[in-house]
Amino acid sequence: MPKVTIDGKTIEVPQGTTILQAARMIGEEVTPPAMCYYTSLKTSGGYCRTCIVKVSKMSEANPNPIPKPVASCRTNCEEGMEVMNYTSPEIIEARKGVVEFLLANHPLDCPICDQAGECHLQDLSYEHGSDDTRYEFERRKFKKIDLGPFIQLHMTRCILCYRCVKVADQLTDHRVHGVLNRGEVSEISTYITTAIDNDFSGNMIDVCPVGALTDKTFRFKSRVWFTNPVSAHRDCEKCCGKVTLWYKGDDVLRVTARKDKWGEAEEFICNDCRFEKKQTLDWTIEGPAKISRHSVISANHYEKMVEPSLFKLNDIKPFEDQ
Amino acid sequence: MSKKLLTEHFGVQGIDQLPVYKQHGGYSALEKAFKKTPDEIVQEVIASGLRGRGGAGFPTGKKWSFIDKKSGKPRYLVCNADESEPGTFKDRYLMEVNPHLLIEGMIISSFALGANLSFIYIRGELLYVYHILEKAIAEAYEAGYLGKNILGTGYDLELYCHTGGGAYICGEETALIESLEGKRGNPRIKPPFPAISGLYNNPTVVNNVESIATVVPIINMGGEEYAKIGIGNSKGTKLISACGHIKKPGIYEIELGLPVEEFIYSDSYCGGIRGGRKLKAVVAGGSSVPILPAELILKTEKGEPRLMSYESLAEGGFASGTMLGSGGFIVMDETTSIVKNLFNFTRFYHHESCGQCSPCREGTAWMEKILHRILHGHGTLKDVDLLWTLQKNIDGKTICPLGDAAAWPVASAIRHFRAEFEDFVEHPEKYQDVKHYFNQIEDKQLA
Amino acid sequence: MEDNKNIEFSADALALAKKLMGRYPEGKHKSAIIPILHLAQAEFGGWLSPKGMDYVATLMNIQPIEVYEVASFYSMFNLQPVGKCVIEVCRTGPCWLMGAEDIVNHIESKLNIKVGETTTDGMFTLKTVECLAACGGAPMMQVGQKYHEDLTFNKVDSILEDYKKNTTEPISHWAKDKIKA
Repeated sequence: MPKVTIDGKTIEVPQGTTILQAARMIGEEVTPPAMCYYTSLKTSGGYCRTCIVKVSKMSEANPNPIPKPVASCRTNCEEGMEVMNYTSPEIIEARKGVVEFLLANHPLDCPICDQAGECHLQDLSYEHGSDDTRYEFERRKFKKIDLGPFIQLHMTRCILCYRCVKVADQLTDHRVHGVLNRGEVSEISTYITTAIDNDFSGNMIDVCPVGALTDKTFRFKSRVWFTNPVSAHRDCEKCCGKVTLWYKGDDVLRVTARKDKWGEAEEFICNDCRFEKKQTLDWTIEGPAKISRHSVISANHYEKMVEPSLFKLNDIKPFEDQ
Repeated sequence: MSKKLLTEHFGVQGIDQLPVYKQHGGYSALEKAFKKTPDEIVQEVIASGLRGRGGAGFPTGKKWSFIDKKSGKPRYLVCNADESEPGTFKDRYLMEVNPHLLIEGMIISSFALGANLSFIYIRGELLYVYHILEKAIAEAYEAGYLGKNILGTGYDLELYCHTGGGAYICGEETALIESLEGKRGNPRIKPPFPAISGLYNNPTVVNNVESIATVVPIINMGGEEYAKIGIGNSKGTKLISACGHIKKPGIYEIELGLPVEEFIYSDSYCGGIRGGRKLKAVVAGGSSVPILPAELILKTEKGEPRLMSYESLAEGGFASGTMLGSGGFIVMDETTSIVKNLFNFTRFYHHESCGQCSPCREGTAWMEKILHRILHGHGTLKDVDLLWTLQKNIDGKTICPLGDAAAWPVASAIRHFRAEFEDFVEHPEKYQDVKHYFNQIEDKQLA
Repeated sequence: MEDNKNIEFSADALALAKKLMGRYPEGKHKSAIIPILHLAQAEFGGWLSPKGMDYVATLMNIQPIEVYEVASFYSMFNLQPVGKCVIEVCRTGPCWLMGAEDIVNHIESKLNIKVGETTTDGMFTLKTVECLAACGGAPMMQVGQKYHEDLTFNKVDSILEDYKKNTTEPISHWAKDKIKA
């Protein structure tokens, strides 16, 4: 069980724990942002470079620092390792640079993006970016491709985190989309127009940190902060059946997996639950979903909305009772 | 003239054929090697002080000693023949002229590493060399140097040639491994290093063509004897690809430690600058290494003569030094526009970035766009500063060294030629009509 | 999108493809994808259409997307139709220092096409490529598997003339006469 110190806080972690995981165990105050790493997706992480940290001491056995910043999501803790994240001005500066690169070609079309309000790139830019842009060139454009009736692709917003590719590899029986071309013009695509249609393909939407892959059935229906998250479950043959229903009034506008405090799906759900079950009657309602107090969804009046006494959906009988 | 260890028989007619190669002592190192244990061969290579000839200069024997023998997994040796570093063309020449030297080196090295399956990964553009190698490999199988129970030793080795599809990034060892597995050439995140988990997640060593070929003379003469050649920690001979504005471009095998000035001006090597022009700058180890102005390439900051060696070229760090790199020696005369040359290099890295990690994917493209703007007369002084901060934000922040390789030329060009950049953005008209390169074409036609 | 005309390997190509796949350990035959794409490009007239790539996927028993991903990553694979004779002029560093730009301009005006275009008779496609490891012979260009080094305008003219006269079949990187098991 190696002991690792991050920003002066020490924790003992199981062998094989990454620096990022150790930081999450300590708490938000030392945790670097992560845009491509996803705990439940094997081999994810390492691409976006937002989680870079400085290893000022490699280990007890080898007390030298690592000369370059490392991706905390792909670097394992060693006994006696010392890591600097927010205590390193160098790292804060470097991360600012990474955010600038990620935003360089981003369209910043947040006003019309369905991801707005729950977009990790928005949070990242706000918390770790600089206050102006130095990029003055035309932003990248891509030929639009259609991924079928469920998933909407906006390639211009993509930051190439590879999470959706890993979902397709690890959750579906065969992958029909991937990363094509290379370098700056790399894109998520099927190359030829192929609908992505698979029992678990919808999880690509949940893992997408930006608005590149959004729920077509939810498209332009509502800003997320005007919808109301409710935990619910059902017996499902294909998946855990545990979801968040997003209500506007009495209508379920969207179904997603439940997210933990790091924004990751607790358990993946199937496309039946996600796209086909949009009636309250399909579900056993558990109550208002826990939302981080920082979230745009809990801002303003929504704090009141999640008060159980005011919560209109309490009137709805759970499925079993009917 | 320095010793010829690799190129000794390169002038021999038919040296690419096995009988001729054998007449000139070919495959004698292999027979010697089979009299040793694999560990003894590794020790010879360690003793020789051979450093990787692909660019990074990591000690070859040390790299071999890292290979995981404990797990009992199959081990592989992969030869990196994806030579694509601008300014470097030595491996192509070596494989084309003397393929058996590489094959003999591959067999000895595979034996030392305990590999029973080895590959030569050659860049796809060199398909004609692929066919030369395939033919030579077939000859070696025929002669019993490859296959089952080689020369009755009980050692089996299958050696195949594998072709790439056109991607500079596949010269990076983990990208090469991905590519050899039939995937996109995306570098892997290290650790784990290939010595533990490489090709098909098995222990793998990836070595440059020249490094593997050098194992042959090392075994022939003995590691200690080899280590007597050269200077300091730069042992042995090195193939230098000389190109650019010199009288005699080509491949030169030099003894490490040769003064740079002699290399550029002696008739035994580059023969001086074409057209009697003045030397302006040199990129000494392939396009990735820092560019140095004439005064710093000929002499170090301390005023000592600069030598062709790992240490001497690096003397002064990046502030006033550079790297031996792959030995791609690009010479630029006084007519060269450093700004235009930098645009060209930056365009190259932009084109070759795999796109996996954000600083390299976005940064290389951005830098190219800024340089393009400067080139077309729309640059500002602020652009020079922006380039400087962008290269800093890429350097050391990426998955693989391509990011660094893209950043260093920008950093060094601005560091040493800032005044030229400023002059370019302030008076672009001065540079629009200037022939920015030595006009070899017209000169040749006049001749 | 246009398609490759004949989408099937000749017996020789098929035998070679099988031989290549057999070079890798059990279950790792996907390794042979790049060599087989070179064969496909040679067999299918110098470029790869989606159907051509699907053929490779079937041949190798892998998903089509795996072929698209690889083919679109590597610069030697043409995903659009090309002329019989693809001229690839090196534009990088040393070649540029030695006048690659002039060579490109010369070919452009000679063939009356721009980089990336194909002549109307379908004979030539002009491409610029990055460093081909022939810096000592700069400026240089490649046609099929052949390197043409130390180019001058006159030399380029006679090379183009030669190809024009002697090219009947598309020239590929993997030479047709080398497609034998």
